[in-house]
Amino acid sequence: MSEQNVLLRATHPSQGAQNPLKRFLAATELDTRLLGMVGALIFIWVGFNIFSGGLFLTPRNLWNLSVQTASVAVMVTGMVLVIVARNIDLSVGSILGLVAMVMGVFQTDILPVQLGLGFGHPAVWVLALGVGLLMGVGIGAMQGLIIAYLKVPAFIVTLGGYLVWRGAAWWVTAGRTVAPLDSRFQLMGGGPSGAIGAFWSWVVAVIICLGILAMLYLGRRQRRRFNFPLRPVWAEIALGVIGCGIAILAIAIANSYPWPIRIAENFAEAHGIPVPEGGLFISHGVAVPVLLALAVAVTMTFIATRTRFGRYVFAMGGNPEAAELAGINTRWVTVKIFMLMGALCAIAAAISSARLNAATNALGTLDELYVIAAAVIGGTSLSGGVGTIAGAVLGAVVMQSLQSGMVLMGLDSPLQSIVVGLVLVFAVWLDTLYRRNKV
Amino acid sequence: MLDRKIPLVEMNDISISFGGIHAVENASIDLYPGEVVGLLGHNGAGKSTLIKILSGAYKRDTGTIRINGEEATINNPRDAKAYGIETIYQTLAVADNVDAAANLFLGRELTTALGTLDDAAMESKAREVMGRLNPSFRRFKEPVKALSGGQRQSVAIARAILFNARILIMDEPTAALGPQETAQVGDLIKQLKSEGIGIFLISHDIHDVFDLADRVCVMKNGKVVGTARTKDVTKDEVLAMIIVGKVPAGATPGPGALSEHRPVG
Repeated sequence: MSEQNVLLRATHPSQGAQNPLKRFLAATELDTRLLGMVGALIFIWVGFNIFSGGLFLTPRNLWNLSVQTASVAVMVTGMVLVIVARNIDLSVGSILGLVAMVMGVFQTDILPVQLGLGFGHPAVWVLALGVGLLMGVGIGAMQGLIIAYLKVPAFIVTLGGYLVWRGAAWWVTAGRTVAPLDSRFQLMGGGPSGAIGAFWSWVVAVIICLGILAMLYLGRRQRRRFNFPLRPVWAEIALGVIGCGIAILAIAIANSYPWPIRIAENFAEAHGIPVPEGGLFISHGVAVPVLLALAVAVTMTFIATRTRFGRYVFAMGGNPEAAELAGINTRWVTVKIFMLMGALCAIAAAISSARLNAATNALGTLDELYVIAAAVIGGTSLSGGVGTIAGAVLGAVVMQSLQSGMVLMGLDSPLQSIVVGLVLVFAVWLDTLYRRNKV
Repeated sequence: MLDRKIPLVEMNDISISFGGIHAVENASIDLYPGEVVGLLGHNGAGKSTLIKILSGAYKRDTGTIRINGEEATINNPRDAKAYGIETIYQTLAVADNVDAAANLFLGRELTTALGTLDDAAMESKAREVMGRLNPSFRRFKEPVKALSGGQRQSVAIARAILFNARILIMDEPTAALGPQETAQVGDLIKQLKSEGIGIFLISHDIHDVFDLADRVCVMKNGKVVGTARTKDVTKDEVLAMIIVGKVPAGATPGPGALSEHRPVG
């Protein structure tokens, strides 16, 4: 863009900044808090890599980390909205347990046997997931209605839900574990067959890169249309390069993690592929649960930032009275938040039970605390009004990194809990300092 | 002259009580197009409560509200806005954590063809309106929390006039402002009045409203003491209405007027 053009528009704030780092941050308009979290995550990763003797930063561990994070990452995107609107949901782990149980019974008994679809019918997994989603939304709606219209505090309603749904999960099969699950349903849990392979992973990479470029282009066009200050061109290019670079790197890592030798050999045998010297290299590629979590995160970011509903959630969190006086139906918005949370619990239930290839009545135990901790570490303020989906997902990655890192280092499990607890408090303290200095 | 027109707002015999306490009792008040009515009284006199019934924040126990002569149903803020009633609350009622444009359009967002928020269009319109109200306003990207009292006030006012209000309620509009900003609000009120908008100005300080208002209505202990045209009464007489409920000759007494046969003691 020509120099003249810059002068015609209002100047971009980056024009004033002196030191190069500040200028870079101002020009790219990156969220410094989010960058700080990325920095912390890199610090944790490198630290664990050193202390575990190079075990942490391996394709295998990172791939597993991504799969292990998926379930909590899905739920945390909803928890952000719940907390932003000044509520809390303590029941997500129990909802996950109950919904997983019901989906398990549907796909192993009700659909194939009682409705006569037969085992392995291609519609079983869709129907089971559909039932789970309906159930999640229904439970969320029920809790939301009690919170919004009967004015029982969310803490109490979901504390009750925590007990009720966990108990109900036990009741579905009188505590019996449901396994094995439908073979297609299992794909949602990851594993060698639950990953999309090298080729499709690269397709995903291309889609992500095109998405990033399209967003940068459309954003710039929109600003130009209304004569708003534009980012400098070099900053736009830097953003594009960084964004695409991260996507390509992540996909490359996922693709460099091969199937276990035995599974690859069996596969080769079954398909008549000759096994070369040194073993057959078949890439995992991105795991299905990770793709699900990614899709959920993108969708939820869209909902939070680009829809009226999302705007109302944040306005309610900032000043509930103002939102009400502005004519927002705050009660109905609250119900919708909890319905959304329920749906996300159902998706997480599918991921967790598919990964385990079983539905147990203990599935999702303590998940509510991990989800809330991830949201808070990710910058969601418990006093409401503040939080981002991306930050919360990063928070989930941080939590999971801590746990798997400590497992790799061989720390005792009581010590693991102690460390996670301390990190949670420390992270929130840091965040408090950051916010105090900013305003 | 005014009497021949249909009042823009007519609230009749409005009562509301909270837990047995009569916050407003049999209050009646009206407002004509292009008129400024000052609603005066001590803190706790019931003026804010009365006006919150009109703006839909509270639901009245008894009484009727007529807008343009027709009976209106106002059960919540959305209903009130549908009648063109906009309110600037004492607390400003802005969402602190979102920016000026988001506050201006809160509850009435502009959307694109796909139904998503059109933030650029909203910001553009916000710049236009704020440019008229407060030309020095620049901080469009920041959460409202970061703004000064006067800037927040201009956001609240801009929101009220953005959607072609016919009836504007301003609850202590200048309480948080410096002298210069107060003068700006005064000019704005005159401008809106000339456009035919009816304005209720609520204040406990007579000096804020006496020069701007066409009429004053004084409340005390939840009842209307009296109503008067500002040219028929003096500031001291109005003060006497506020403090002891004594109605001067130039005013029309209401149910809360001090009775001469029954001195209050």
